[in-house]
Amino acid sequence: MPGAINIGQLSCPRPISKSDRVLLGHGSGGTMSADLIRNTFLQEWDNPVLAALEDQATLDLSGWIRSNSHLIPRLAFTTDSFVVQPLFFPGGDIGTLAVHGTVNDLAVGGAIPQFLSAAFILEEGLLIEDLRRIVASMRTACKDAGVTLVTGDTKVVNRGKGDQVFITTSGIGWIPEGRSLSIHNARPGDQVLISGTIGDHGVTIMSQREGIEFETVLESDSAPLNALTEAMLKACPKIRCMRDPTRGGVSSTLNELADASGVGVKLWESRLPIRREVRGACEMLGLDPLYVANEGKLVAVVPADAAEGLLQVMRSNRLGKNAVAIGEIVSDHPGIVVLKSMIGGERVVTMLAGEQLPRIC
Amino acid sequence: MRFQDEYRDPVAAKQLITAISRVVTRPWTIMEVCGGQTHTIVKYGIDELLPNGVELVHGPGCPVCVTPLELIDKAIAIATRSDVIFCSFGDMLRVPGSQSDLFAIKATGADVRIVYSPLDCLKIAEQNPHRVVVFFAVGFETTAPANAMAVAQAKKRKLSNFAVLVSHVLVPPAMSAILSSLDNRVQGFLGAGHVCAVMGLEEYVPIAERFQIPIVVTGFEPLDLLEGIYECVCMLERRQVGVGNQYSRAVRRDGSPRAIELIHQVFEVCDRKWRGIGEIPLSGYRLTEPYQQFDAETRFNVQQVTVHESEQCISGLILQGIRKPHQCQAFCKSCTPEHPLGATMVSSEGACAAYYNYGRLRHPVAAGSEI
Repeated sequence: MPGAINIGQLSCPRPISKSDRVLLGHGSGGTMSADLIRNTFLQEWDNPVLAALEDQATLDLSGWIRSNSHLIPRLAFTTDSFVVQPLFFPGGDIGTLAVHGTVNDLAVGGAIPQFLSAAFILEEGLLIEDLRRIVASMRTACKDAGVTLVTGDTKVVNRGKGDQVFITTSGIGWIPEGRSLSIHNARPGDQVLISGTIGDHGVTIMSQREGIEFETVLESDSAPLNALTEAMLKACPKIRCMRDPTRGGVSSTLNELADASGVGVKLWESRLPIRREVRGACEMLGLDPLYVANEGKLVAVVPADAAEGLLQVMRSNRLGKNAVAIGEIVSDHPGIVVLKSMIGGERVVTMLAGEQLPRIC
Repeated sequence: MRFQDEYRDPVAAKQLITAISRVVTRPWTIMEVCGGQTHTIVKYGIDELLPNGVELVHGPGCPVCVTPLELIDKAIAIATRSDVIFCSFGDMLRVPGSQSDLFAIKATGADVRIVYSPLDCLKIAEQNPHRVVVFFAVGFETTAPANAMAVAQAKKRKLSNFAVLVSHVLVPPAMSAILSSLDNRVQGFLGAGHVCAVMGLEEYVPIAERFQIPIVVTGFEPLDLLEGIYECVCMLERRQVGVGNQYSRAVRRDGSPRAIELIHQVFEVCDRKWRGIGEIPLSGYRLTEPYQQFDAETRFNVQQVTVHESEQCISGLILQGIRKPHQCQAFCKSCTPEHPLGATMVSSEGACAAYYNYGRLRHPVAAGSEI
């Protein structure tokens, strides 16, 4: 006959309420989830919509509509997921990317970003301190961009089933009357402008990942572009389209544009703004800066007669101070991007097939 | 980067192109050996800037392209094992084997990692004592010293969980094989600068004399290639036989004696199969007897694998300068970087990839093919 159970020896597997790491219980929806939300997210985003902790954000549009002559505005809505290693890098972290990426997707469409949501997928074992750092930099990024984070979600997955943190942000912005930017709008004769140096973000991440060091500190260009796009659109409402060349780099953006507008793009290699360190790292690793990701740059296609004036406007903004014209839209070779090399030859710049891979020798 | 920019100067490039045009009196066919040179040529449009008489054909100097299918399949068989961490340079990962590639098996759970140096594998081996770290030792004489160093270091540190899958190939035997072919069109060579930086120039003298041709060792920047072409054309016009050195800023006549000594300590010459070309006698390296314990093929008993090569792919002819990528029926049609039939479409140094990526506008594809 089994012995009597000693009640005093039993212990309840209650989760530790105070832990310096993310535990599965933080995703349970119970008190630990509530604590995490209160102590981590609400600490940074102190606004009445989010603090209401409803299942949805209820947004009052009346003020905006009144100030815009009672017109019902058009809305821009976007969503994007962010996965990056390392989580922290010179010039930003996964949190700033998550805010800037969504803000920029709205801004390059001519929208004025207003509200953001953020969904966090956390891996069991993540340091709470790291999460706090990410959330704090997200708050600063939201403030810089003038957006309000109004709703969110948190899930915790088992250790080994995630990569520390994944963040999905969605954003809503208003599009003022009369704006119509689209990658279908490019016309032969238009100029292609870029707001600054290319490849900074991708090479920063890769050099951090692979332990490559430079003489000077190379930083990600992660930044919110909405102030720049507003200044540009106010100065030149005729802008045909704007895109932020993130994953896939400038080449992917221009190939998509050439394809959608049924035009050719001609680039001048000698005008591509590329930092010395980025060029060096790309040469060493066998990468092409045209394919490397950016997080704070935009490509704009504008009528030729507006290009010079717009460049002046861009250069007067901190994020556009290195703006240059890098190419033109042509009617030859529709759908294809061609680069005029420094020594006078021409080559096609294709979309990237898969990831860029470091070469053998 | 100022140093590098000097080798991309447009004014100097135009002067060299004019100089080449002035000396050419009849058509010449010159082969650049190295895939890195092929990419510079097509990327900067050097081939289209040359006078009509000077034709460049592309050589077998892409280590990814010539790695035999058997070895890719062996690599995949080894990498699939749960007790193995398989390390490779990045561009080997997409090369198609008979059934799969290293990227695909990585996605199914194999521990396949990209490294930038074979010495990184030793660190991984030390951190993972219960698993075997296998490095795919691919390349020409260029990568052999670093790979030899990794093996020598592993022996010194008594690392029993490190092994190499050796697929080293040597340039001079391949040049001789091309020149000996009945279909050969090559009249002069641009020698591969990186290889010669290690091995020196002496190996090329007997080839130049036996086949009565000029060989000009050349670097990888646009002006390096234009200078090399100019020197080679001048030698051809003068019927001059011998070995020139355009890349003297990196290549010494005796190469790097320390690197050569290290290579010979760890590797010995053997017959080697080249993908698309076949077996070339004494054209590869294998581990010497004292280092046999690091041979992954023996350790994992993958001597026998059955391979299946695409019947459409003519990469062998392309690697020998007999055909050009756009003359292949599959080019841009059934063979693209997304769905490559052969390694020449995959590698960052492959001639087909260079033509696909950079040269599609100026090289009309073969009848029946389409972009």
